[in-house]
Amino acid sequence: MRAFSYERPSDLQAAIKAAGTSPDNQPPTQAAAQFIAGGTNMSDYMKLNVNRPERLIDLNKLSEPAMTAIRVDDAGLHLGALVRMADAQEHEDVVRMFPVICDSLRLAASGQIRNMASLGGNLLQRTRCEYFREVSWPCNKREPGAGCSALDGVNRQHAVLGGSEACIATYHGDFAQALIALDAEVEIASAKGSHRMPFADLHKRPQDTPQIETALSPSDIIVAIHVPAGPWRRSRYLKVRDRESYAFALASAAVALDMDGDTVRGARIALGGVATVPWRAKSAEEMLTGRKLDEAAAKEAADTAFAEASGRKHNAYKIPLGKQTLVRALLETQDMKV
Amino acid sequence: MSSNPASPPNGVSRRGFLSGSATLAVATPFVAHAAEQAAPGAAAKDPHAKVAVSFNINGKPYQLGLDARTSLLDALRDHAGLTGTKKGCDHGQCGACSVLVDGRRVLSCMSFAVMQEGAEITTIEGLASTDGALHPMQQAFVDHDAFQCGYCTPGQIMSAVGCVQEGHAENDDDIREYMSGNLCRCAAYPNIVAAIRQARDDMKEG
Ligand SMILES: Cc1cc2nc3c(=O)[nH]c(=O)nc-3n(C[C@H](O)[C@H](O)[C@H](O)COP(=O)(O)OP(=O)(O)OC[C@H]3O[C@@H](n4cnc5c(N)ncnc54)[C@H](O)[C@@H]3O)c2cc1C
Ligand code: SF4
Ligand code: FES
Ligand code: FES
Repeated sequence: MRAFSYERPSDLQAAIKAAGTSPDNQPPTQAAAQFIAGGTNMSDYMKLNVNRPERLIDLNKLSEPAMTAIRVDDAGLHLGALVRMADAQEHEDVVRMFPVICDSLRLAASGQIRNMASLGGNLLQRTRCEYFREVSWPCNKREPGAGCSALDGVNRQHAVLGGSEACIATYHGDFAQALIALDAEVEIASAKGSHRMPFADLHKRPQDTPQIETALSPSDIIVAIHVPAGPWRRSRYLKVRDRESYAFALASAAVALDMDGDTVRGARIALGGVATVPWRAKSAEEMLTGRKLDEAAAKEAADTAFAEASGRKHNAYKIPLGKQTLVRALLETQDMKV
Repeated sequence: MSSNPASPPNGVSRRGFLSGSATLAVATPFVAHAAEQAAPGAAAKDPHAKVAVSFNINGKPYQLGLDARTSLLDALRDHAGLTGTKKGCDHGQCGACSVLVDGRRVLSCMSFAVMQEGAEITTIEGLASTDGALHPMQQAFVDHDAFQCGYCTPGQIMSAVGCVQEGHAENDDDIREYMSGNLCRCAAYPNIVAAIRQARDDMKEG
């Protein structure tokens, strides 16, 4: 691991200042100064020599109450970026109003990791692509222009949606799928002040610049996540993986349904484990709106959601698996007692 | 493993190191000395400068002067001399390094020690009462033969204590789900579940 100096600012302004300025378009993951919250992704990638900050800025002592609050009002849900996954997962109001958010947190990682990991850090976790993790392999994300070892390598974990000829690394987070489905926004503090961004704009598809993972600059700090109120008590997150627990998704689906009897008034659908970024399936939502939800309709929606998917040698199985996961998630969500 | 058994930390023989650290009165002055040479906390800009950090381990105060790269796990094992906490994967994937920080179970390999300023840390060494009586979870692991080689056991026990305190051990399915972050290569899982069930009830009574 590269040696680093350690700083622990006590408020947002000090943290932004500590991050300093960096060259235009430099992604946060390549900046000299980088943030740490729970450390469960950062420390891992520092040990692997993938993340190499010279200065590590600890966000855990930032005093702004907005960063650690969970709050519900008429506008919706406010989740501070420093809230730990375990605390959001069990919060009464979250459980009641947005079951899909709780599921997505509860089914992620392990009890210990959820006690450590922050919501902000969770959103920004970096891919688990094996070639990205092991620095002796060529990887465009780590080293632009080096080539991608996964395209013709072992790509069983890799994405079938949103990839490019430069990178097909999966975005592995679960929570993000619930947020993108529910039209969440992120509140960001920067040297220029604070602003809100649709969560859907936070992550960037790899295209020909896979090293650029998000819309953030190195000194931008996620302060909070806002989820607008909505009729989403009938919502859930279904996650399919190699083992029953403590594993990343091979395919997952976040589904929220607003039903009028058997007819869909509104649907929200996001897919995990299969795409390079948090993935909203709007075409499938539109297809279902106003229709009677049964297995045939669910299958049609799943075909629509994966219409543009493309598989490679080892990951083509994710297309039928992803479709079946979505069908099951839709039907199980419909059956929820609310 | 980061430390080579042939050349133990600080040049102390392994046996001497272990017996010295068994009584904290001996271990503490030695680490306090290291802290004296440390640069004062946040002001350190030289990435190689030692950083001072203080926290309590098992109720005893420690002051360490550490390279900022030192994980909490390595600080416990190599600097505080508490080798009960085990290193399995060092990447968050096995749970062998589980400890309690401010009462919550966490993975000590995934946190830098300098981030733990002021924390109350509990390791497997701090679980039994001072008169030597085992914690109900330790006793339950003995009663149910909940280990074979024992390497994962300190992490299992610390995680299980946290799991019960969180209220996530109400039934066997919950125990399996909420203990999934602790792998056991010897696959002692059925006995671990039985031990946690017993300790859960004992901890409620106690
Ligand atoms: C074995 C294992 C299994 C896992 N399984 C799952 C799983 O099944 N599902 C899942 O979703 N996740 C899983 N994870 C990932 C885990 O959830 C993430 O590592 C964790 O959520 C990251 O949060 P953190 O607070 O520890 O982030 P950190 O490691 O502290 O930071 C992560 C990144 O975010 C940046 N950052 C953190 N906070 C902010 C902020 N407020 N503003 C700006 N930048 C910030 C950091 O600079 C860093 O780049 C697993 C991890 C491990 C090790
Ligand atoms: S898929 Fe992306 S992260 Fe993985 S090796 Fe290719 S470029 Fe790197
Ligand atoms: S050593 Fe920490 S989880 Fe394996
Ligand atoms: S007892 Fe051997 S690894 Fe669990």
